[in-house]
Amino acid sequence: MTVSHDLDHRFREAAFALDLVDAGFDVVDSPIGPLFVAATMRGLAAISFDPDPDDRLERLARIAGPCVLRSPKTADPARRELDEYFAGRRRIFEVALDLRALPPFTVSVLHQLALVPYGETTTYGALAAAVGRPRAARAVGTVMNRNRIPIVLPCHRVVGSSGDLVGYAGGLDRKISLLELEGRAVDARRPAPITRATDNPRPRH
Amino acid sequence: MMHAMAIPPFEHFYEQNRVEVLRLLRRRLGTDRAEDAFQETFLRALKAYRRLEHGEHLRAWVLTIAQNVALDALRRSKPSAELVESGAEDSRPAYEDLADLTDGLPPKERAAVVLRYGYDLSYDQIATALGSSPNAARQAASTGVRRLRRSASS
Repeated sequence: MTVSHDLDHRFREAAFALDLVDAGFDVVDSPIGPLFVAATMRGLAAISFDPDPDDRLERLARIAGPCVLRSPKTADPARRELDEYFAGRRRIFEVALDLRALPPFTVSVLHQLALVPYGETTTYGALAAAVGRPRAARAVGTVMNRNRIPIVLPCHRVVGSSGDLVGYAGGLDRKISLLELEGRAVDARRPAPITRATDNPRPRH
Repeated sequence: MMHAMAIPPFEHFYEQNRVEVLRLLRRRLGTDRAEDAFQETFLRALKAYRRLEHGEHLRAWVLTIAQNVALDALRRSKPSAELVESGAEDSRPAYEDLADLTDGLPPKERAAVVLRYGYDLSYDQIATALGSSPNAARQAASTGVRRLRRSASS
């Protein structure tokens, strides 16, 4: 015996309609693979490239509260904007974000990150300087690596000081795909041209 | 030292228990009426979920909520005399550990006693399961215990 789709759907709808849920989530299809998308009443709380990691709901519950429930509707605002972004019809994300429980340094770095324009890149050092901590490039790298809302908070637009791609929590292939989608020609083996930090990138040793 | 089991995200709790809850409700209410009761059961559980103190005995907890939702549904449609009997008869799955001891108690007292002393749930949780206030849950448990003592000493 199983619970019918209809019955399951009605329960989930009622739970959200009665405002009993701390966070909702769904899996959103995209050209770079399925994305786990989670949102709270405050806004988009997480995007993950691994749609099914074992502890994804536990991590979400730690941020938002234990009442975590799958619901396509909660993910809809983000899904709409992501669809438009991947179709090349959106350059700026407008969904509200839930950045609760993050340390102040992380929040200020993410705010600066959000200002990096579509199709451009910046460096870890430039972001560090922008938040008044010019020597904190490594700490900025950690913030990028732990970015809970990639794509929307565009950590794929951050590269090393010599223009190398450095890394990406979702894998370098995805970083390249996102930069290419935004109109950047990227060669993973060679430094990407830097548009913001310096006009004259140093070659890598 | 043993740590209390963490409270799982509601989605996991729901996935783990929904089939058994629906099965219980169908047995008690029939296929059609079980659907509304299913929704009511998990909405009650969801309302109380943030107040849980630990993640143990969640199956017993939600089955008790389901029992009481079914009881409420039957109460609305049947004369009250039949009720107590059908309640006592079917409340076995959730309390089987203490079944022998508490068999003679009325359903609500039995549920309160077993959840409190058998499963170590708080009165808040028991109240949700019984669809009553924490005070009423405390009352039901203490009346149940007094009744058990009387029957043990007689």
